[in-house]
Amino acid sequence: MTTKSKAKARRRLVLDVINHAALAIVAVAFLFPFFWMVSNAVRSNAEVMAIPVRILPKVFEWGNFVAAWTRLPFGRFFLNSAIIAVCVTAITVVVSCLSGYAFARLKFKGRETLLLGYIGTLMVPPLMLIIPLFLIINRLGMVNTFPGVILPISFGTFGAFLMRQFFLSIPMELEEAARIDGASRLRILIGIIVPLSMPAIGLLSLFTFMGQWNNFLWPLIVMTGADNATLPVGLTMFQTQQGTQWNYLMAGATLSMLPGIFLAIILQKLIYNSIALNAGMGGR
Amino acid sequence: MAKLTIRNVIKRYGALEVLHGVSVAAQDGEFVVLVGPSGCGKSTLLRMIAGLESISDGEIEIGDRVVNDLEPNERDIAMVFQTYALYPHMTVRDNMAFSLKLARRSRQEIEQKVDDAAGILDLTALLDRYPRQLSGGQRQRVAMGRAIVRNPAVFLFDEPLSNLDAKLRVQMRTEIKTLHQRLGTTMVYVTHDQMEAMTMADRIVVMHGGGIEQVGPPLQIYDEPANSFVAGFIGSPSMNFIDGLVVERGGTAELQTEEGVHWPLPESARAYLGQSVRLGIRPEHIAVGPDGVQARVNIVEPTGSDTHLQLQVGSQSIIAAVRDRPSVSVGQPVPLRIDANKVHLFDLASGKRLH
Repeated sequence: MTTKSKAKARRRLVLDVINHAALAIVAVAFLFPFFWMVSNAVRSNAEVMAIPVRILPKVFEWGNFVAAWTRLPFGRFFLNSAIIAVCVTAITVVVSCLSGYAFARLKFKGRETLLLGYIGTLMVPPLMLIIPLFLIINRLGMVNTFPGVILPISFGTFGAFLMRQFFLSIPMELEEAARIDGASRLRILIGIIVPLSMPAIGLLSLFTFMGQWNNFLWPLIVMTGADNATLPVGLTMFQTQQGTQWNYLMAGATLSMLPGIFLAIILQKLIYNSIALNAGMGGR
Repeated sequence: MAKLTIRNVIKRYGALEVLHGVSVAAQDGEFVVLVGPSGCGKSTLLRMIAGLESISDGEIEIGDRVVNDLEPNERDIAMVFQTYALYPHMTVRDNMAFSLKLARRSRQEIEQKVDDAAGILDLTALLDRYPRQLSGGQRQRVAMGRAIVRNPAVFLFDEPLSNLDAKLRVQMRTEIKTLHQRLGTTMVYVTHDQMEAMTMADRIVVMHGGGIEQVGPPLQIYDEPANSFVAGFIGSPSMNFIDGLVVERGGTAELQTEEGVHWPLPESARAYLGQSVRLGIRPEHIAVGPDGVQARVNIVEPTGSDTHLQLQVGSQSIIAAVRDRPSVSVGQPVPLRIDANKVHLFDLASGKRLH
């Protein structure tokens, strides 16, 4: 190896070390809150507040998970969150596929203008809509009901736009071949377009589910009864006037993260498989 | 099987007219090739036959039915696309069975038809594979299989061989022609490759600028092109064109160029004495020496069977295709002999063939 190439290799090594160190710092910054939550979930409440702070608990109190689950109707909160997140995700995916397909493939007068208006609503801050939405569902007598929480937030524009962009990338010839084969528009959407759009549908499902699973404000406003509380709302019940059960709160928060993690793992596989499938699309 | 009739078909996109009253017919069981340069409207016409594009004016008839307002699946046609358009998430079997399932045919009938088509196209061993697991040629055969199972009245092919390499293209050309002979179905085939058109067609339709230039059997189009566009488009290497004046010299008719070069013409060209015309001569009708028009060799391109010579005559560049292997080198002056009886004359203004 010449002196010049040796110097080049050393410079590359130094750069690699700097890059990895920077990435490690960012990774720690992101992972530490998660670690701190889990760490506090398995220690006593006294130890949570103890000074000096210990990174790992002195005694691991695994029973905190059972306590968090049983002290409050956690199972009920879980179910409420699941019903809302699953329903909103399902409705969002169906509506986004239908509207995305219409914007991508159907020719009708004013389509582009309508799309612009549709996308323009993304610029309206969601918090601004909360009061008008609440007034509407209150007028409809849907306060403290599941439809009252689910319906107003199931028709977002982001999903329609995401699906439209993905549908546009599917070769038109596939659809034309299906038309010649005798498929209706709906059949083409369900039988050809949707199976090929699994990466986008997986992504949209993941984002929507996680967004609703962690949604705090809207369910807090609409669900006035304690029995109808969702997980994020339910977790606040560990904060009382007598103080906060930080260890149970953290144990509950850890438990509430599990479905999201599982879903991400499952959908990640689906998204990758779909991408591999699409590699053979149309032969080009 | 059915006759396909296209009558005065016009296609407009807004104010832009891209097809100007096209009329042509494909007889029952005929293999018709639409050929022309990019943008000539051949694919648009095919898509109009398929029902994938609306018809602005005119009529398209398949069998005894006017199909203008029918949906693609109601026209009794099948189409093979340039990109194959196979459904990537379905196996070969499911791809081929898709149309039959939509038509609610019985399971037994579907299996029978898919197996028959697979047998014809040598796809039996590939039925459970996905398109991504197939080569380009195999995908093309699946696309044809998907068309065959429908037993359509008319097969439509939209540049189906464009994505294949040269060797596979020749092989698939033969397979499509064999398939046509076996099925006897009316086929309309679109290509920009004049070699495909020549080798496959019963009749060629040469299109240009949204209209039809000439319709006829391949050799008739080659030997008797209707105009200079057809003459230049059909044939590889292309026909040579030389502009000049028809004059009489030494008792024979000749073409005299502006640079004073004289090209021999047939006796019958005397009818155009004193007229400015365009002479067309195919490369294979030009030979080297021993005497004739003086030229200089610019490039020698041996293809194996032929040798193509790029030649310079004055400021005019021409190409000759000779069967033997001439011992000429770049820059060498050579005399050229042309077969005067094979010469075509075209009107300079309209491009129409005079002789």
